[in-house]
Amino acid sequence: MSVKKERNSAKKKWHWLAYLLLLIGSVAFLYPFVWMVSASLRSLEELAVSGMSIWPEHWRWGNYAKALTAFPFPQYLLNTLITTVLPIIGTVLSCSLVGYAFARLKVRGSGFLFVLVLSTMLLPGEVTMIPQFILFKNLGMLDTLYPLIVPAFFGSAFYIFLLRQFYSRLPIGLEEAAIIDGCGYFKIWRTIFLPLSKPALMAVGVMVFMGSWNNFMGPLIYINSDKWKTLTLGLAGFQGTYATDTNLLMAAAVVITLPCILLFFTSQKAFMEGLTFSGSKES
Amino acid sequence: MNGIIEGIYNFYEGMGMPADLLPLLPFLTVIALVFIVIIVLMRMLVKKKIMHTKTASFYMFVSVWIIGFLLFTVGPMIFSFYISFNKWEVVSDPQWTGLDNYRMLFKDTLFYKSLSVTFYYTLVSVPLQVILSFAIAILMNLKLRGIYIFRTIYYLPTLVQGVAQMVLFIWIFNPNVGLVNSLLRLVGIEGPGWFSSPDWSMPAVIIMSLWTVGGNMIIYLAGLSDIPQSLYEAAEIDGATAARKIWHVTLPQISPILFFNTVTSMIGAFQTFTQGFMINGGPDNSLLFYAYYLYQNAFMWFKMGYGSALAWVLFVIILVFTAIVFRSSALWVYYETEQNGGRKRRVRQKRA
Repeated sequence: MSVKKERNSAKKKWHWLAYLLLLIGSVAFLYPFVWMVSASLRSLEELAVSGMSIWPEHWRWGNYAKALTAFPFPQYLLNTLITTVLPIIGTVLSCSLVGYAFARLKVRGSGFLFVLVLSTMLLPGEVTMIPQFILFKNLGMLDTLYPLIVPAFFGSAFYIFLLRQFYSRLPIGLEEAAIIDGCGYFKIWRTIFLPLSKPALMAVGVMVFMGSWNNFMGPLIYINSDKWKTLTLGLAGFQGTYATDTNLLMAAAVVITLPCILLFFTSQKAFMEGLTFSGSKES
Repeated sequence: MNGIIEGIYNFYEGMGMPADLLPLLPFLTVIALVFIVIIVLMRMLVKKKIMHTKTASFYMFVSVWIIGFLLFTVGPMIFSFYISFNKWEVVSDPQWTGLDNYRMLFKDTLFYKSLSVTFYYTLVSVPLQVILSFAIAILMNLKLRGIYIFRTIYYLPTLVQGVAQMVLFIWIFNPNVGLVNSLLRLVGIEGPGWFSSPDWSMPAVIIMSLWTVGGNMIIYLAGLSDIPQSLYEAAEIDGATAARKIWHVTLPQISPILFFNTVTSMIGAFQTFTQGFMINGGPDNSLLFYAYYLYQNAFMWFKMGYGSALAWVLFVIILVFTAIVFRSSALWVYYETEQNGGRKRRVRQKRA
């Protein structure tokens, strides 16, 4: 008993050190973040002298209104939403179907194809970027939102891998009864596996959201006209034209970040689980 | 290819389709036709008993990915390889020039500059990221009260979008009113100009990259929670100290994930783009990242052939580095499943 107590107290001592380190780290990780928000609420004059302080003297909420009217915000928001929601639907459907096939339908050639899927994860996007641009150009899709949406409907390696891991953990008996009843594999996927994988699909959805919402290079390459620009492009352009209005710039940056943070807090469980899945070993 | 697209285009236009949809329709038509052909073909093969229903279903389902793979990966790769031997400025027709692009590349001082910038960034930031995120994950894995709050705090920065991050850090590293120099002034050091100085812009970007190690940290945490507690208990009975436990239990167990994070961080670092773009390559091209230089060539100056050559060189570099890490992994990555799998297989073979 005493040995255990001793060990516990020794552990406690370490815990205080750990707390201290984590606390110092938290300040470093959180401070820029808080600073960004507080900068968005200050006047330019105050910014120039505020230094490290994070408490604004006057809370200038008007900065947000000013920042959001400096560029066609509603239009950009709408475009961002379109290029976020549709890829989520596309990725969830296609990757779930393909992942299900890789997990449950072990046939000749499936192993090889799966290795092929995984190896595409190593290919840098740069190699396919130029020809893809030319492909979309030939299809007449330049300066539209299609190049940002269409590829999502054909599955992407990482999410296929993630969902395959999820599906291969489900019990084998699941589809047997359905097969005896004469169910096709497509129907099994739709009626059994798709509903069962809701948590995993949620996680994929959240990750695709973060990816598409924050996508910068895609819109930069494909979109020229204001009509189709997304928020990230808006912010980059904003930095170019209003680089001196730091407070407005920060307000715009906060607005762009906010949906991701809100989504993170509302879906934290699914999100973390999804990430955990990708890292953990198959059991 | 353009002729077919034109034909389909005209067909839909004749039917009075809205102009907004028109660019997509030729594409949809071709894809729909391909899928119909696949389904009919599979049905036929099943009926003639050449193929099992299961095999047919598998290939039908996977065809979604295969078509995407051919259309957006394999096709572009072949095309890009071909284009890299051409002089092509988009407006004119491609012109075969053999190895000229590659020869030009080795005489291009900006190519060497961008390469060295990218190497500098990768070789310094990736090890720092891997070590820092691992150290944080170890701390986070302790059973402390309120640890979830810490996890959230450390993860938050990764949610800030790349452009927003850069906007924020340009200001944080502002020589006069920025956070970093204000902090340095507190301890009596006059900080450098950071993003306006060729020597300090890269350190600034590297520090910035450390701010977002939360993503890697989460992956480590997942791996750490998978380590069987019994191993630690056994080590404790043997009287192992905390440091020894980390060295002899945690590290070998986590090494596959360490490996995974190293490879993905490395590939990510080689492809750094936004930081260079937002600051136009930095003072004296000190932030001319390779991906940004490639973008400049292809999409600002429309030198598609030269850009493709650049892309292939990057591909080879990444391949070589990944191969080195993979090779070396035999020395330091410990796969438990490998051993178990091997043993199981042997047992199974004996039974058969």
